[in-house]
Amino acid sequence: MKVTLERAALLKALGHVYRIVERRNTIPILANVLVEADKDGLLLKGTDLSVETTERAPAEVAKAGATTVAAHILFDIVGKLPDGAQVSLEADGDASRLTLRSGRSRFQLQCLPASDFPALSAGDMPHRFELEAAELGRLIDKTQFAISQEETRYYLNGIYLHVVESSGKHALRAVATDGHRLARVETPAPKGAVGMPGVIVPRKAVGEVRKLLADAEGTVTVEVSPTKARFVVGSAALTTKLIDGTYPDYARVIPQGNDKRLVVEKQAFKDAVDRVSTVSSDRGRAVKLAVGDGKMTLSVNNPDSGSATEEIEVDYDSTPIEIGFNSRYLLDIAAQVDGDTALVRLADSGSPTLFQDRDGASALFVLMPMRV
Amino acid sequence: MGLSALALCRDCFAEAPAARCPRCGSPRLLRHDERDRLTIAHVDCDAFYASVEKRDDPSLRDKPVIVGGARRGVVSTCCYLARVHGVRSAMPMFEARRLCPQAIVVKPDMAKYVAVSRQIRALMRALTPLVEPISIDEAFLDLSGTERLHGASPDVVLARFAARVEAEIGVSVSIGLSYCKFLAKVASDLSKPRGFSVIGRAEANAFLADKRPNLIPGVGPAAARRLAAAGIATIGDLQTIEPDAAFALLGPEGPRLCALAQGVDARPVRVARETKSVSSETTFNDDVAEPGALETRLLALCERVAARLRAQGLATRGVTLKLKTADFKSRTRAVSGLAPTRLAGRLFAAAKPLLAKEARGEAFRLIGIGADDLVSAEEADRGDLADHGAPREAAREDAIAKLRDKFGAGAVRRGRLVEAEAAQPQGLEGAKGSKRTMRPTMVKSP
Repeated sequence: MKVTLERAALLKALGHVYRIVERRNTIPILANVLVEADKDGLLLKGTDLSVETTERAPAEVAKAGATTVAAHILFDIVGKLPDGAQVSLEADGDASRLTLRSGRSRFQLQCLPASDFPALSAGDMPHRFELEAAELGRLIDKTQFAISQEETRYYLNGIYLHVVESSGKHALRAVATDGHRLARVETPAPKGAVGMPGVIVPRKAVGEVRKLLADAEGTVTVEVSPTKARFVVGSAALTTKLIDGTYPDYARVIPQGNDKRLVVEKQAFKDAVDRVSTVSSDRGRAVKLAVGDGKMTLSVNNPDSGSATEEIEVDYDSTPIEIGFNSRYLLDIAAQVDGDTALVRLADSGSPTLFQDRDGASALFVLMPMRV
Repeated sequence: MGLSALALCRDCFAEAPAARCPRCGSPRLLRHDERDRLTIAHVDCDAFYASVEKRDDPSLRDKPVIVGGARRGVVSTCCYLARVHGVRSAMPMFEARRLCPQAIVVKPDMAKYVAVSRQIRALMRALTPLVEPISIDEAFLDLSGTERLHGASPDVVLARFAARVEAEIGVSVSIGLSYCKFLAKVASDLSKPRGFSVIGRAEANAFLADKRPNLIPGVGPAAARRLAAAGIATIGDLQTIEPDAAFALLGPEGPRLCALAQGVDARPVRVARETKSVSSETTFNDDVAEPGALETRLLALCERVAARLRAQGLATRGVTLKLKTADFKSRTRAVSGLAPTRLAGRLFAAAKPLLAKEARGEAFRLIGIGADDLVSAEEADRGDLADHGAPREAAREDAIAKLRDKFGAGAVRRGRLVEAEAAQPQGLEGAKGSKRTMRPTMVKSP
């Protein structure tokens, strides 16, 4: 194999691929990235056996071939090369060593054979649809924060992506919950999505897809089978195994009868929560909201450090209510509410509370109260 | 110095200047310079389970008695006659039977022992409110400031207490009296059974000096090995060590252990001991390898642990599975960070995957389950946005618990456990505790 390309192109492609590779590995080849040169240029691939990313980079291929080399070392080397440098990669016949040359630098890296590199056999992907990159980014941003970290309920460790039908219209919906909060957001179902199975995309894959989307434009192709999903973003493709489990019936916990409507200026609310929670010993401490006629009093009481109160104006004309929430969860949700105001629908101090931009918004958030 | 120059007769509580009590002639005299000034006592029942069994069946009185699992399992307690033959607590039953084939083996009847233990504890509480139970048959007592109340110093009060337990309850106790918990506990062990030993401040250091370091609670086999490697063979050697060196040698606990070596123990006698974990385990009659059978035993244990959590108003966030292989290797697997629960079904659901990873055809002789990371039951099993079942499950187990309280533990049983018991005539060891037996089953050895 012999290939030459620009440092910037190599760095960008490696940047997408090497993140998948775990630094500590019991299987040595999993610490490597696959480097393959063919007539279309350079192909890079990294895997952790459940998520796999490939990326192409334009390159001048003098001789086709493939090998694998330590991902983090290669990334660090390329990162330290000067801007605008040309990089050549050359593997000898039996591909036991990769020689990297750039300017006056020369590196010889140990290789493992490309034929040993595990492939996440994608198999048949029967469902395929296209979606604006920005729209997929929105589905992820508004749900990612609520993904559970809990190992015992492993089926909550991802985003539940599925298609629902209401009044004849199909929507692609993303849901995440950790039991304390739930985020649900939807977008009109793209052509090809209808009929796909509901799938749980694991947290790591969600995070990596989000990073691929960061500098993507135009549309993204999503392919789904019952056990795997693939996201094609520009020249990069991420294939992931899906979480094998049944997602809980989340519709049951979205409150329908919460009749106390509170409208609050989002930024003012967020700032106030942030300020009063400063006296909490940890960021998970409860903030108490006392909502009465036209105003809300936020307070935090921490026996160890002191207390804080702040009053903000709100739109509210139901019976007064006092309710406590985890301040960090409130901030997470406030960050995902789009408009200038947020609509909060309450029932009582012990029941799940609903947060939205406005009635009928495509994103909604449910939060369990805390005892205060 | 007053009374302490005289000995205390432990049978008639008179003050005796001679070798025998001049009033009743008893040789059981307690002589110690500080005996009327020490206030911390450790009370330990002598061969508790065996003593209770002997009390309830006089025909056992002169025979060696072993309380423990019948064919397999271990010795829970053995009477002093059995100990003469070398039988010890925690010894595998087959070994105990080999050492003492004429022994009578009695299955433990925990409900009865708990009842007796409560009676004894009530007598302790009559002496002082500062009673710290450390197990079913042991407790620390702090008698400071009770002299005027009882009109006698703690040594006299304790001697009367020991006599009263023997007379009213029918089991004997051994008493250790000192100025701190550590030495009180050491003292109670010095002259069992029916012992009463005193370790005073004056002789504490000298007394400890020639003892092995593992006498100190907290110095286990590993620490003892490390000490031996550093040339420390006795507590006396340990007394000379600087706190810094102790830290280097024994870690963060080092300085505290060194202080104990010098007879310095500031731990107060605490009334309430927080429950740190609730667990239950069973040793099988025959090694079990079949995963389904292991799971059934596990379920029975989960029921037991759940019942005990319920009784104490506790819930758990962590579950530990314990297994012992046929060749006596222990293995524990734990899961933590659960939503707090006190339900048998949830404990089982948490432990089942742990067992599934271990039960792959290997034979086990013991299985156990523990609930650690305990919290108040108040916040338990309330369910959340992704768990709608918890409140219903809780209501169901609550209802079953009520039925069991009213009609006995066997009133409502899980089908799986009933089936397993039917399939296995000698009964499920794991479910033993839930069957209310009115008299102990006796298994006479051939």
